[in-house]
Amino acid sequence: MIVGAGPAGARAAERLVEAGLRPVVVDEARQSGGQIYRRQPRQFRRPPARLYGFEAKKATALHRMFDALVPRIDYRPETLAWNIYEGAIHLQRGTQSEALRFDALIIGSGATDRIMPLPGWTLPGVYSLGGAQIALKAQACAIGARPVFLGTGPLLYLVAYQYAGAGAPPAAVLDISPFSRRLAALPSLSARPSMLAKGLYYSAWLAAHRIPMLSSITPLSIEGEGRVKGVRFRDARGNERKIAGDAVGLGYGLRSETQLADLARADFAFDSLSRQFLPVTDEDGRSSVPGIYLAGDGARIAGADAAELAGRLAACAVLADLGRSVPAAETATLRRRLARLARFRAGLERAFPWPAHLAASLPDETLVCRCEAITAGEIRRAASALGAPEVNRAKALVRAGMGRCQGRYCGLAGAEVLAAARGVPLGEVGRLRGQAPVKPLPVAIESVAS
Amino acid sequence: MTAEADVIIVGGGLMGAATAFFLRCRGRSVILLERGLVGQQASGVNFGNVRRQGRFLPQLPLANRSREIWGRLKELLGEDAEFLVSGHIRVSFRPEEVGRLEQYAEAARPYGLDLELISGNALRARFPYLSVNALAGSFSPNDGHANPRLAAPAFARAAVRLGALVFENTEVASITKAGTDFVVEASSGEQFRAPILQISAGAWGAALARQFGEAVPHEPRGPQMAVTEPLPYAIAPVIGVFSGVLEEGIYLRQVTRGNIVFGGGRRGPALPDTIRAYVDPANTLRQLKELRRIVPALAALRVIRTWSGIEGYIEDDIPVIGPSAKIAGLYYAFGFCGHGFQLGPGVGDVMAELIDKGATTTPIAPFHISRFAAPQ
Repeated sequence: MIVGAGPAGARAAERLVEAGLRPVVVDEARQSGGQIYRRQPRQFRRPPARLYGFEAKKATALHRMFDALVPRIDYRPETLAWNIYEGAIHLQRGTQSEALRFDALIIGSGATDRIMPLPGWTLPGVYSLGGAQIALKAQACAIGARPVFLGTGPLLYLVAYQYAGAGAPPAAVLDISPFSRRLAALPSLSARPSMLAKGLYYSAWLAAHRIPMLSSITPLSIEGEGRVKGVRFRDARGNERKIAGDAVGLGYGLRSETQLADLARADFAFDSLSRQFLPVTDEDGRSSVPGIYLAGDGARIAGADAAELAGRLAACAVLADLGRSVPAAETATLRRRLARLARFRAGLERAFPWPAHLAASLPDETLVCRCEAITAGEIRRAASALGAPEVNRAKALVRAGMGRCQGRYCGLAGAEVLAAARGVPLGEVGRLRGQAPVKPLPVAIESVAS
Repeated sequence: MTAEADVIIVGGGLMGAATAFFLRCRGRSVILLERGLVGQQASGVNFGNVRRQGRFLPQLPLANRSREIWGRLKELLGEDAEFLVSGHIRVSFRPEEVGRLEQYAEAARPYGLDLELISGNALRARFPYLSVNALAGSFSPNDGHANPRLAAPAFARAAVRLGALVFENTEVASITKAGTDFVVEASSGEQFRAPILQISAGAWGAALARQFGEAVPHEPRGPQMAVTEPLPYAIAPVIGVFSGVLEEGIYLRQVTRGNIVFGGGRRGPALPDTIRAYVDPANTLRQLKELRRIVPALAALRVIRTWSGIEGYIEDDIPVIGPSAKIAGLYYAFGFCGHGFQLGPGVGDVMAELIDKGATTTPIAPFHISRFAAPQ
């Protein structure tokens, strides 16, 4: 059983099929490819180079491989894995729910944007960076004619580049990370010269096209009433500035989607590099629960190339654990290549750090949990007057992270606000426990027999 | 370190927290010991029903006393735990069971619980969201609902303001009786000493009672709870289905914020040793089917979260409340079998009275632990 048909899930499926197995592959999307290699609707005709840029070859290769695999697997698109319980996975498609038992489960659940709120971030016209990219990639829609891209991470520059190429030149690219940190991270980033070169290319291209790019900025607010009008921030010198724009793409890197691992009762540990709790795995992707394997960004953010390798490696681990022979050289090569990508990843985290420090200075009235409309001030009240020592208690007392998204978007920022208010390290305030359903489940759902 | 007080309460659920509060109101010094955080298990995860109708009749005086306190929560604690006098309706879909609603209403009247029986078109005119297949309802206008996540912590904070000593994250390692005093040792090494001890440790209460030679047949189970996304507030009363078929016994309430909270039917597994309880997805799916049957319009919604917690169920489905039958100075209030939330404030008040005065004006004899004593 494989959850996800992105780079990790697709490569895991491929390896299992090579071994003569017929895996079930469950994916929420209508077509395979995951977020990074998300496909456009079938009637759209843009060429891969327009959609995926430098990654067009990889995207096409993955799509072709998976399409060829489909007759040899049990592929279930538009299907949500909403729960894992006692050796069975619960799948929702439309208004039907089916429980499937599995011998082994590879979770390639991917990632979402990582958001640090700021005043005005819930205004219409504010999108996550990944959302802004998907609008363009999948639907050929821009979030605005003059968007401002705000946050940090390699995606910031890539999305800005893609928007400029699509005829929506960004009003500005505002990066909170200092340029000096990116320089300092160069030795680790040079573990992947071609990736580094692409990153430098996007910045150079933006500069050549006179797109304003500022580093070391401090975001203050997204301005506008009923609609984005611009972004207010402090520049590297401390001067307050405003940039007008009709939309904002906001993001600070990615976070792993870990609820399924949690529902499978896998152990988690705090990862100080990414400042989030992650499922514990061995180097091949085995979780602490026998039969549950993790691969790709859903286990730990490492990007699409690493996800392809990790998917294959997890499939090798499944095969080995099922008593099938796996060439030792294959796993050794996969592990070695993954280790190199991990060095690059560590460099990225240092070059574009998550802005934990902004949580402490968020104004009390800023919404953190948008589903439940819970402000930073409410979380601070939970921390102090109500004595909540950790995030689940804060959730119980003031509803932070209790809404539709179940803390998937606000949880990490909320934890930072709580930790800052209590003056304790982030790891001490814990993580929101995963609770089924992974995403909202229709009340109209009917149970169907497998 | 040894802390001393008039009373030690083991277990910081709603029963323990409310007892601590009312003991302080009576000027008794009190130490409340809680292994995790106050109100984290059954007290915090239950449905939030402040319901009297349908209870075991001899429990109604206690429930009435509790209901009176629910109405004064704001004045007593400075906050109301979202208590809402919304009314509670028990609905029947089975013709053969309608008569039992009428019998209960008749029997409850001498206890001061007035229930209004409504049937057919009148029922649907008054509660238009109910299914056309609902045959009859028993409406209790002064019952309602509250937020279980807030109630026990609110009692504990109020108790602390009055001088109670509340120790969270404090696990009891041993309880011994030295002379007239109970000595409680925590796994942290801290010691607590008092001449009176109350066990209000929920699903763990029976294990502690057994240490004192008083066995109670019990089983830990988890309620199967869930909540939908919000929609405009339209359903005031708590709705419960009255049925002899376990799976049909679903209940729901809409919070003013808009979400529909529901639960009922089969219970789920609870593991007291690891302090975890789970929602069986098959139970959630069964509940959804029932939910659609009760209020068909809810089929348009989505469920956003499910949860459980550990509740103690006693063989005869009523709690243990009152003094020990064997040990002087020992009191019990545990094992509320999934219906303790409404009773919590009343149990706290009654236990404080019992400990302070040696007797209570509210009859609690049916709940005495001696009912399980082996015949002599």
